[in-house]
Amino acid sequence: MADEVVLLDFWASMFGMRVRIALAEKGIKYEYKEQDVFNKGPQLLQTNPVHKKVPVLIHNGKPVCESLIIVQYIDEVWKDKSPLLPSDPYQRAHAKFWADFVDKKVYEVSKRVWTSTKGEEREAAKKDYFEIFKILEGELGDKPYFGGETFGFVDLSLIPFYSWFYAIETFGEFNLEAECPKIIAWAKRCLHKEIVAKTLQDEKKVYEFVGQLRKMRGLE
Amino acid sequence: MAEVKLIGTSQSLNCIRIEWALKLKGVEYELIEEDLLNKSPLLLKYNPVHKKVPVLLHHGKPIAESHVILEYIDETWKNNPLLPEDPYERSMARFWAKFSDEKCIFGVYEAAWLEEGEEKQKAIQSAQELLAILEMQIEGKKYFGGEVIGFLDLVVGWIPRWLNAMEEVGSIKLLDAERFPSLHEWSQNFIANPVIKECIPPQEKLVNYFNFGISYRRSLAVAKP
Repeated sequence: MADEVVLLDFWASMFGMRVRIALAEKGIKYEYKEQDVFNKGPQLLQTNPVHKKVPVLIHNGKPVCESLIIVQYIDEVWKDKSPLLPSDPYQRAHAKFWADFVDKKVYEVSKRVWTSTKGEEREAAKKDYFEIFKILEGELGDKPYFGGETFGFVDLSLIPFYSWFYAIETFGEFNLEAECPKIIAWAKRCLHKEIVAKTLQDEKKVYEFVGQLRKMRGLE
Repeated sequence: MAEVKLIGTSQSLNCIRIEWALKLKGVEYELIEEDLLNKSPLLLKYNPVHKKVPVLLHHGKPIAESHVILEYIDETWKNNPLLPEDPYERSMARFWAKFSDEKCIFGVYEAAWLEEGEEKQKAIQSAQELLAILEMQIEGKKYFGGEVIGFLDLVVGWIPRWLNAMEEVGSIKLLDAERFPSLHEWSQNFIANPVIKECIPPQEKLVNYFNFGISYRRSLAVAKP
């Protein structure tokens, strides 16, 4: 019996993009179902009643939620092709630590920048934003990828945020390449990978979307 | 020199869960007690990013973040497995572990530290709704892990003592046996286990710990203009 894989997702979600990259890496055929995150449908509410968020992976009728948990699930089920995590326990722990760092820090600090009003609030948010990315630059070091010689779990967890950089830089009025050149160089390296280039969303489209979100919050 | 060291504190629910995992697997370790009000150079060296406990040192190599440490322990010492074998069951254990740590603990803490009033009542209700979700996960099972204690039991292991201490300091009752019979029964079974009982801090110690923390938190709320 063939596997039935469905992904409930939203085009601009960096968390959803992680799962799309993982599925593509493994060559898994799936049905993509675009969700209206402002008017959540019954399938999303039924499969993720606790958080009511995308992405949700439904494998043979069973839902898995939380993007990094989904990616690990994909890696464990389709284990014979393109491993997403290293096999050595210490290296796996190291990768999970940094993916967790991305999860805990990058989204929050990014949101603070694009929801900020000009002035003190924005400057404080930017300062913290640069700090987080400088820590990531420190971890990257001189390696081509966070995973070492090849694109790995940490790269996958962070690269979708690249789609949002242009929007955040424009609303935040700064240039990330000036502050964190290694991160931009790393991102451009990741974009040479066809799967990443195909999955990441057009930055101008994301910028328009973030503009919409700001209007909804009365920030424009 | 001990092959396995744990930098931690004896009141931290994140640290005790690591001690439980090591003991359940029969792994010998040295506990290095940390003073969180005066962080040691050792902690700052081995967890420069978060500067938090617990940090596990295995052959001198550091691992931080309690869930990451638990999975590392499970992959390194394969006896008495903590995570289920089936990938779907594993993803469920990870999901509920995240829910426990990101939602439940904070929900309970908020209900405890808020002073009497409407906000506190709302927080109590929210915390109980979160506990009701956990109740559904344990219904019909002896442990979250099934017949034996597993990963999720260790992560939710803050409920028997830490939750009770927060209830006492916050003058609230959240985990009542009538409303949450399965969670209550699990709690009793869990702390009766000899390995669990061995490292769990006494209630009084945690009450003191939360008294200090909650007074401070309340003073911050008053200080806000």
